[in-house]
Amino acid sequence: MIEVENLTKYYGDFLAIENISFKVNKGEVVGLLGPNGSGKTTTMRILTGFMPPSSGTARVAGHDIVDQGLEARRMIGYMPESVPLYTDMTVSDYLAFMGALRGMDKKRIARRIDAVIDLCRLGDYRHDFIGKLSKGYRQRVGIAQCVLHEPAVLILDEPTIGIDPIQVVETRQLIKNLRGEQTVLVSTHILPEVSMICQRVVIIHEGQVVAEDTPENLSERLQGNERLEIEIRGPAADVMSAIRGLKGVTDVRRDGGGDRAQYTIYSRRGADLREQLAALVVSRGWGLLKLNPMSMTLEEIFLRLTSEEEKA
Amino acid sequence: MRNTLTIAWKETKTYFSSPTAYVVGAVFLALEGYFFVQAVSVPFAEASVRGFISPATFILVLLAPVLTMRLLAEEQKMGTLELLLTSPVKDWEVILGKYLASLVIFVGTLSFTLYYVLLLFWFGDPDIGPMLSGYLGLILYGGAALAVGLLASSLTPNQIVSAVLGFGVLLLLTVTDQAAQVVSGLGAVILEKVSITAHFTDFARGIVDTGNVVYYVTVVFLLLFLTTRYVESRRWR
Ligand SMILES: Nc1ncnc2c1ncn2[C@@H]1O[C@H](COP(=O)(O)OP(=O)(O)OP(=O)(O)O)[C@@H](O)[C@H]1O
Ligand SMILES: [Mg+2]
Repeated sequence: MIEVENLTKYYGDFLAIENISFKVNKGEVVGLLGPNGSGKTTTMRILTGFMPPSSGTARVAGHDIVDQGLEARRMIGYMPESVPLYTDMTVSDYLAFMGALRGMDKKRIARRIDAVIDLCRLGDYRHDFIGKLSKGYRQRVGIAQCVLHEPAVLILDEPTIGIDPIQVVETRQLIKNLRGEQTVLVSTHILPEVSMICQRVVIIHEGQVVAEDTPENLSERLQGNERLEIEIRGPAADVMSAIRGLKGVTDVRRDGGGDRAQYTIYSRRGADLREQLAALVVSRGWGLLKLNPMSMTLEEIFLRLTSEEEKA
Repeated sequence: MRNTLTIAWKETKTYFSSPTAYVVGAVFLALEGYFFVQAVSVPFAEASVRGFISPATFILVLLAPVLTMRLLAEEQKMGTLELLLTSPVKDWEVILGKYLASLVIFVGTLSFTLYYVLLLFWFGDPDIGPMLSGYLGLILYGGAALAVGLLASSLTPNQIVSAVLGFGVLLLLTVTDQAAQVVSGLGAVILEKVSITAHFTDFARGIVDTGNVVYYVTVVFLLLFLTTRYVESRRWR
């Protein structure tokens, strides 16, 4: 449904994305995962015809996004990252306007407005000005306009940013429910979100695709490392060497000096060091001031993924 | 065309939900009222629309860019242009739709001055010819001024900057008329040809010269074309 081939985009001299290629099959929900500035929005803006690529091609439902831009855009429902809306229109006026722009007739517009207002739970705000709505409700209006014309392809740029946890869950459920009927490309930088809603993930980092897989396979690969943060009162050199001696430890780093310092301990997957560490500290008569298991930040994961690919 | 009308209709409604259209309309009519009264209150006043048609061009230099300043600047500032340009709509349909909306508001406001015309008929015996040509000229002139304003609005996300830009360009196109009288030869001809006011004087005198009509229509098309091109070029950056 979406075919992306070697997309490259320069902003002036700045290379934002480079040779991005991937495919989204009909009825699939695919996540575009990447840290800030990795080129998710750029890719989506090219797919939706907001701007052309510097080189490469993309097709949506078989239509080239540059040569057959109008046909391609007709197939797409798009929610931009910032959820731009006309704040001086009411929700229903706005939806009617967007429907008309997409070539829907009056009857269908009226029917679909009822449906999407139901779907996005906007009933109480139907005749309110969009400018009056809270961020979360604007987000719903954004989704409503996006599915209004029942497009074959949905492109959602970080649809769960800036809304409260309950609505995040609702929004994810909503996207999940679209699976099978519509083809969805959704961008995010939240790792767990991907496994919740997507069948496949395309990971981009610094404008390049670094991995493409199912969420299950990816988390296998990513959970190779665990990390602990610990603060110990005791002679630093001794502490370092003692921790290094523990089974499963791959690396230790120290922050601060003297007899009270923070250590970051990296260990192999599955090696839970907490009990061992506590025992160690007690047996040496040191003081344990803090023990904090840390999950890897997204940046680290991408760094690992990129270095992994380089090694391969 | 349907898309153009959809956009024109939406923009027209938006004009009514903000104070801009009301303020512009009120100021325009107040000034026109002043010029009308001034024209008819002299002894042996002539029953003609000239007294308030000619000054209207000057008022429009100031007001047309205010009417158009929001149209594209705000879309850029709010990011809504992204939704508009990713809809299955051609760029020129967007531009034309917005232009038409501003034209509707302008002609609508202008129609209120027909009240003065009624007064002229009531108290005098005005000549219909110059009246019709005067109004035609004013609509053409206003149309060109709005097109200038729309282009200015596409150039910046800031409404004020857009208004000042439009105002500056219109003022320049106006003063070339005076500049033409200072210089001589080919320079004078060219300056007079591009002047937006020089082409208006005949209309006010009751003369509909095809050349003048063609001038205004060409200016409008050229400016709308440039605006479309500029908006298109934003995609390439
Ligand atoms: N209009 C622009 N002009 C110049 N550079 C831009 C422009 N838009 C984006 N960039 C740059 O291109 C790179 C990719 O940006 P993009 O917005 O696609 O990232 P993203 O993955 O969507 O990030 P985020 O998660 O923060 O939304 C960034 O380094 C950004 O600074
Ligand atoms: Mg983004």
